[in-house]
Order: sequence, then C-alpha cells, then structure tokens
Amino acid sequence: MAKVIGEIVVDIERCKGCEVCIAACPVNAIGMSNEVNSKGYHYMQAINDKCTGCTNCAIVCPDGVITVYRVKI
Amino acid sequence: MEENIKKDNIRKEENIVYKKTKLMTDKVLSYCPGCGHGTIHRIIMEVVDEMGIQSETLGIAPVGCAVLAYEFMDIDMQEAAHGRAPAMATAMKRLMPEKYVFSYQGDGDLAAIGTAETIHACNRGENITMIFVNNGIYGMTGGQMAPTTLPGMKSSTSPYGRDIVTMGNPLKITELIAQLPGTYFVTRQAVHTPANVRKTKKAIRKAFENQKLKKGLSFVEVVSNCNSGWKMAPVQSNEWMVENMFPFYPLGDIKIEGELVK
Amino acid sequence: MKELRLMKGNEAISEAAIRAGCDGYFGYPITPQSEILEYLMLEKPEERTGMIVLQAESELASINMVYAGAACGKRVMTSSSSPGISLMQEGISYMAGAELPGLVVNVVRGGPGLGTIQPSQSDYFQATKGGGHGDYHIITLAPSSVQEMADFVKLAFDLAFKYRNPALILSDGAIGQMMEKVEFDEHRPRFTDEEIRKNTPWATTGKTPDRERNIITSLDLDPARQEIHNIKLQAKYRKIEQDEVRFEKIACDDAEYVFVAYGTSARICQKAIQLAREKGIKVGLFRPITLYPFPKKEINELSKKVKGMLSVEMSAGQMVEDVLLAAERNIKIEHFGKMGGIIPSPAEVVEALEQKIIGG
Repeated sequence: MAKVIGEIVVDIERCKGCEVCIAACPVNAIGMSNEVNSKGYHYMQAINDKCTGCTNCAIVCPDGVITVYRVKI
Repeated sequence: MEENIKKDNIRKEENIVYKKTKLMTDKVLSYCPGCGHGTIHRIIMEVVDEMGIQSETLGIAPVGCAVLAYEFMDIDMQEAAHGRAPAMATAMKRLMPEKYVFSYQGDGDLAAIGTAETIHACNRGENITMIFVNNGIYGMTGGQMAPTTLPGMKSSTSPYGRDIVTMGNPLKITELIAQLPGTYFVTRQAVHTPANVRKTKKAIRKAFENQKLKKGLSFVEVVSNCNSGWKMAPVQSNEWMVENMFPFYPLGDIKIEGELVK
Repeated sequence: MKELRLMKGNEAISEAAIRAGCDGYFGYPITPQSEILEYLMLEKPEERTGMIVLQAESELASINMVYAGAACGKRVMTSSSSPGISLMQEGISYMAGAELPGLVVNVVRGGPGLGTIQPSQSDYFQATKGGGHGDYHIITLAPSSVQEMADFVKLAFDLAFKYRNPALILSDGAIGQMMEKVEFDEHRPRFTDEEIRKNTPWATTGKTPDRERNIITSLDLDPARQEIHNIKLQAKYRKIEQDEVRFEKIACDDAEYVFVAYGTSARICQKAIQLAREKGIKVGLFRPITLYPFPKKEINELSKKVKGMLSVEMSAGQMVEDVLLAAERNIKIEHFGKMGGIIPSPAEVVEALEQKIIGG
C-alpha cells in the first residue's frame, strides 16, 4: 500500500500564532513553538512525522504562511 | 540522518500541494491573528488566479477592517467611501462590461450605511460579484454594535447586550436581497474549517463564472469571526461563531440560478 | 458638423456631454435639473456613441459611480441641484483626495435645506471653498448662457483630466430652464481603451504583466506620506490658480464703477449697465467664468482703476468676500443680491449701485 508523506514549510515571520491550523489538523501533526518570531508571536510548526500533506492547515491559515509538500512512497 | 534526506526530497517544487497564491502580495496582512479576512482575501485571489483573469479583474475595498484590502491583492483596486462599493461596482461593470468586478464589504458597510446601494445594485441585477463578510461587529472602529450583531450580544456600544427593543433586530440582509428578482446566486458560507474554506471558494468561483455568463448578481456572504471585537482567542471565537452565529445565520445556498432554495 | 439648436440649458448640457465623448452619466432626479437625465434617457446615447446613462438610487450612489468610472479612466459625470449636491460632497472630497477627473453639474436652487426650486447662487461657498471635508478645491466654471452650458461640458472634462481633479459647472435654475439658441461642436469620440492606457496610466483597467497594480484611494494612514500628498494637491491648486483663470470684461474700459457678477446675475448686470449708462453712470461688468480659480489678479488690477465695485449675486453675499480679498481696499465694495429664488431686476441693480456705491 502506498504511503503518503507530507511536509510543511512555515513562513515563521508572518505567522501570528492564531492556532486555527492546529484545530484543523486531522492527525495532530502541528503545534506551537516555544520560541517567538520577531513580532513576538509563537509560531506554528510540525511536531512529529504524522503529516500527510492534506493541506488543511494551509487552507485555513488566514495569513497564508504554510506551504505544503506531499509525496507518495 | 535518513529523516533529513527524506525531508529534503519532499521539499521540492514538484511536490508542492499548497502554496499561497502569487496574487496575494508579500505585505503582512493588517488583520488580527485568526481573522477570517485573510482567508477570504486569499481564496478570492486563488479563484482569480485559477481562472486566469488577473488582468480582467477589478476589486473594490470597503471602509472597515478590509479598507486596506488593496494592499494585499495583486489586482487593480479602488477604495470606496463607506457603504458605496455596490454603486461603484455598478459603474465599473457598466462602463467595462468585459471586466470581472467584485466588491468586498463588511456588515456595517454593506448592511447599515450602504443598505440602499446594496439593495439597489442587487435589485438592478448588476452583473457583479458581491462579497459580504459578516462578523456581527464593527471591527476596525473598536467593536461597536453592527446591524448584524446578535440579540443580547455585547459590543462597545451595546455593553449590556443588544436589546432588540431599543436597538432593533439584527438584519438578515442576505435573506432580504435573495428576495429580489435581480439576484441570481445568493449563498452564505464560512471559512473557519478547511471544508468550509473549500465550499466558500467554490461559491466565489461560481460567482465569478456567473459574471462571465452574464447571469446577474452573485452574492456571497461569509460569516466570520472577530476575535478582537468579540474578546476571545481565535479558536474560541470560531467555536462561539458556530454555536451562536450559525443558528441565526445558517450556512448554505439561499438562491441558485435565480430560484430560492431556502 | 456644427449644429444650431434651440433648447434649454439643461438639455444643452446633455447634448454637449454626448458630443464631448462622455462615457457615462449617473444621476438622480431633482428640480430644476431633471431635464439633464430625461434628455439623455430619451436620446439613447448608448446607440449614438456608446455612452451609458443610469438613473441611480440617490445622489450618494451617483457620485460614487462617477468616482468609480473616473477611476477607470472614463469621462463620467453627474448632475444635481443644491440639496443633491450637498449629498455628493463626500464623494467629491474622495475624488479630490484620490485625484479623479469627473464632472459635476450643479443647477443651483435656493436654500438652505429644501429651500426653493427657484434659481439661486447661494452655493458659491460650497463650490469654491472645497464643499466637503479636507483641504481641496474643485475647478468651478460658471456659465451665463445656454451656449456656455454646452461649451463648458467639454472644457470641464478637459480641465478635469488635465489636472486629475473634479470639475464643477455651477449653473442655476434660470440658465438650466431658459431656452436659447446653441451651437454644438461635432462629436468628439470617446476615449479608446488604448488612449485610456496611455493618457491615464493610473486608471484601474486591469493589472497587466507590464505594470504594477493600480490602486485608487484617498487613504494614507501614514501622516508623513499624507502630508506629502496634501502638499502635492496644494501645488496643483496653485498651478490651476496660475494657469486656468477665465473671465469676461464688458464695458470696463471707461468704467468708473464695476459690477462683479457671474451666471444669471451677469446677464442682469448687462441690462443694468445699459440703464446706468443712459443715466450717465459709467459702469462695466467683470464676469468671473472660473469661480475657482478666482480671477484675483484681474480684479485687483481693475480695482485700481475704478471708484467702486458692486458684487451682484443671488445670495446673501458670498463672492463679495473674494472680491474684497482681491481688490484694493481704498475703494467702495459692496454686495447686492436677492435671496429666496428671486432674480433681481436690472433697475434694482442700478438702484443698489447708486445707493451703496455711488452715494454710499
């Protein structure tokens, strides 16, 4: 069975830490950073390898900070 | 080690499944964290991008939080006086019928100060797309009561909650304009979940395609949050919206192809 | 081919607009100027030139339609009368701020408030001092004949586009309703898309890959940038004041006294000159054609040669303030006017000259 692996790249400086993406992730693959960006926001990040590249986080992100990659292996 | 190689292999141009459209500028959005405006802006631009109509699209920004919408959308835009976007859209479309014209307004803009322009543009059946963002509050001026503020809902000008006896009932402008023969497609959507964003985008796409087919006026209401105005965290505000706004402003199509479906 | 017609001033505005290459008219009925919209609806200019005509839901909508059309690089206009023009002030201010070239016609009636439907000149302050909020001016032309109603449409459009600024034709109910013969120019074609792209590169015509997006706005939240914008606007107004003053002098060469009057009042003054001269009073007429820019220099020069000036206006005295500012202060300067929608008679004007200036 083909497995799907996803990967996100976050534009950390534009993230406002609203956490809407976290609520939208079906596999609990994202969380908030402990660090802050230069505006003082905690930013979203991948927290494990569960990402399937479903794009949900990117689609609900109001600031469009997430780029999503996906490969089948 | 294997993990790193894997990631590098994935992060390749050909593996991108979602990337912010290039029709959104690089300017950092002026909206509060978690505000639906950014998402709505982006999906409008995705539609324009996917339809390949950047050079044929003219947008109108309102007065309100989205007053600077033209900073974020890489298309020709005009900034309206408060409430007048539908009148402007009317003129733009009449003078340049081959262009795609959309107005973007909040609840105070569209349903209070601009009610006359809204109703008459709808009633004339102007061949335009109207985007209506309803968050039940005046966000930009600091959380005052809007025409769409719910009964009992607190705002800075209804600090004890909206009293419908003295402050009137919230206005369901979308249901109202759906009654007019000039409207062709009327729908109410939201952008708080991925599924809703997809639905809203589909509705906006339909609204733009209706212009191409010269079908008349398409009206897309997006019920959205105002976490600053509502004084809630973004995720909490979305939950509050589902529990309180949606029962009063139910999602779904109201009018399709000129026929009321609700 | 030029064409001679007998028509009302209001109708002349409409016919002239079609012939001036106007792209769109947006208006709302109000007495005494409804013939402008009526004539256009009857004439079907869309079939003649492609010009569109729309009866809007209000003056607010009308002026914002003009804003949007002008922002697309189109020659667009509206018309109204005093109460409606008050409603349009917001939009006119936005147009001035966003530097948009549109034409507004005010066929003035008496006020304040609903006032009267009879002719007046009581909107002079509103027209020449800005009218709406913010530091701005609009180019204001004052026709005194049906011919000028027609001629000033093209002129106003051309000045509006030359300076990216709204222009106003300040007429009144008398000239709007009066019938006179009028000679029309040949049709001037509407702007082509190519001309719009070339002549108004700032217009919102759709962002093409060869340019940045065009944004039409009157907003700048940065005080420093807003002030730069304000300074730029003021420089433009100074340029307009320097280059665009228009006026007419009648019987001024030997005049000891001068009437200063525009529009309908100027017509009355012409007869008053005749009556006064029959009595041996050497009086002339200075008629400002542009009320903004006001012919300050010319009035000043004239004030050095005469004993007195009477500003004749159908108002409580508005233009007289500009005359006082412009003229030398060692001569007698007074206002004479009627209000309530009354046009003064030539005899009353002569009497006022004798009492207020010569005998005063």
